[in-house]
Amino acid sequence: MTTTTTPTRALMEGSEALVRAAILADCRFFAGYPMTPFTEVLEHFAALLPDAGGVCINAESEIEAVGMAWGAVATGARAATGSTGQGLALMQESFSEATLAELPLVIFNMSRSQGDYFQATRGGGHGDYRHIVLAPQDVREGVALVQLAFHLADKWRNPVMIYGDYLLAHTQEAVSVERVEFPPLPEKEWAVDGSRSGTGRSRSVTPLGVTKVGQRHFGQEGKAQYIATKMAYVEREARAESGFCDDAETVVVAFGSPAKFVKYAVAQLRDEGLRVGWVRPITLWPFPVDAVRAATRTARIVGSFEISSGQLVDDVRIAVAGAAPVEFIGGVSSDHSGFGLGRLLDVDEVRERIRALHEGRPQPPVPGYEEFTYEPAPHQLAPTPEVTP
Amino acid sequence: MSTIPLGPVLDTAHAPGDGARVVEPKTPALLLTNHHHLCPGCGEPLAIRAIAEAIEDLGLVDTAVCALGIGCYTSFGSTVDIDLVQCLHGRAPSVATGVKRMLPDATVFTLQGDGDMVNEGLQEVLHTAARGESLTAVLVNNGVFGETGGHMTATSVLGQRTKNTIEGRDAEYHGYPILIGDLIAQLEGAAYVARGSVHNAGAVARTTKMVRRAFETQRRREGFSFVEILTMCPTGWFIPTGEGPDYLASTLGEVHIMGELKADGQIRTTEELHAENVRKAAELEAQLARGGLED
Repeated sequence: MTTTTTPTRALMEGSEALVRAAILADCRFFAGYPMTPFTEVLEHFAALLPDAGGVCINAESEIEAVGMAWGAVATGARAATGSTGQGLALMQESFSEATLAELPLVIFNMSRSQGDYFQATRGGGHGDYRHIVLAPQDVREGVALVQLAFHLADKWRNPVMIYGDYLLAHTQEAVSVERVEFPPLPEKEWAVDGSRSGTGRSRSVTPLGVTKVGQRHFGQEGKAQYIATKMAYVEREARAESGFCDDAETVVVAFGSPAKFVKYAVAQLRDEGLRVGWVRPITLWPFPVDAVRAATRTARIVGSFEISSGQLVDDVRIAVAGAAPVEFIGGVSSDHSGFGLGRLLDVDEVRERIRALHEGRPQPPVPGYEEFTYEPAPHQLAPTPEVTP
Repeated sequence: MSTIPLGPVLDTAHAPGDGARVVEPKTPALLLTNHHHLCPGCGEPLAIRAIAEAIEDLGLVDTAVCALGIGCYTSFGSTVDIDLVQCLHGRAPSVATGVKRMLPDATVFTLQGDGDMVNEGLQEVLHTAARGESLTAVLVNNGVFGETGGHMTATSVLGQRTKNTIEGRDAEYHGYPILIGDLIAQLEGAAYVARGSVHNAGAVARTTKMVRRAFETQRRREGFSFVEILTMCPTGWFIPTGEGPDYLASTLGEVHIMGELKADGQIRTTEELHAENVRKAAELEAQLARGGLED
């Protein structure tokens, strides 16, 4: 078995770098279904995994892809699946149950915008579940976070998602894909391989809380409680970085590729003498509540810049907890294909939105969407009667 | 709860030569307990026993991994001493694919009911068969959602009364049953496809042989292997417990025909299997008339 490694810097598409990082982290199985802008992740796994002694299956649907990854992970192999919003929606049942089954599954989410923040952090699945969600700002960080994803998945036996986007997946960057070292993890005693069948010590990988006769029995409710109490420890994995926040009157929160634009725009405004700062959650769950609270300590106003209609802003409000007003300063903005990030993701646009927030002015319109403002019909403006008896 | 001893039991390894013989108690070592939580008259324990016996007979115990579906039979995940991956409803063939691709030397099998496989997960089993995954899929087919209390599945036969086909399954209103074995047999990746039953000792013996052939197919890496086992569900059929086997034979068994649908590269149609079964039955009748069954 060989390890694919790229010791020196090379110009590489984001998808390829992420996949090479996954293989460096000993990922040996991938199953996925093509969907823009995730497709190239699947392509590179298909191209690179066989030579690394692994398997990549072009699954017949997203539901089958996550099922295959479920099986591969259950054997103790490091394995992953992925898609974009709609495809991930199809996988949600497995995502929530994989958390109960304590499967260290890694999920590559190359989203079409940041409007899947809720899907990633709240989930569309059922029950009480959480995934660790890592949001790289660029390809270089993606290489490290992909390896961290596999480590954290095994450390906590919990699914971990990489939340990327069109820019992360398709930008060519000069990167060096090198191994990140992590502390050793225990053997996967729980993984199935058939060797213990018939010994009286066979294993169960199951979300149902049912084990073999004579082994510790959780029951479904017991398992849910067990996982819930585990999550209190997983919350310690929260990560964030911040800049210019020591004396900032205005602090902007952003994640992923747009955070890089925010950081640049804030630096420009600092050059003009404006006391603005930025904070970037690296883990979207667990949300870095303490880091955001610390970064906004001196702020009189906090902004959430995101390419969505306002989702991250909810978590920012929870973190700031009323210490300062929190305003949404992003917007829905995609390119003409609907797959990529749109004209709002431009340093000039971002800078002027932060300036407007800082100066207490209304936000400028999102470019390209001026004609798409909803006009309610008269029957919609009429009040709806009370019906509660 | 008290432990109910299994024996004495009927020898199910051979068709009875001179009527049913009582033999020494034989419990498959893979059973961790003699208990099960299913209804009286249920056929699923017999099907699971057939699988356990086949695995033991072939010496595959320490390679066996089961990808288990969701249904009444799910309770056997905790009582059969086999490494288990519990799957969501319908997903077992995909999960088994991931297991087998990572453990090519393991003996990987799925266990699903008709609701799990033919309703919820139809495309999964078809694609897994088409890919020729070297694993064995076992279907316990009783033509009804037993666990929810007797609702129509995709394999319920025309005229079958279920909780949501009160007057019987009507083709015009509810559509036709899917003969899943026949469908899978058509796929190039499927190497062995058979349909057995557990409604009498002879059928159990025949079915155990089918499961064994399926596992042998997997060990020889010839492709996908599939055994459908018709099982009794008197509770879900709303009939007296003792009538289960006869009801199976006269309803499900008349539509989902027993036999090897694909073996040694030969595909056989429902009509061909039916004709063969009729011929075999006549042969047995003749043997009985001559004074006893030949071995």
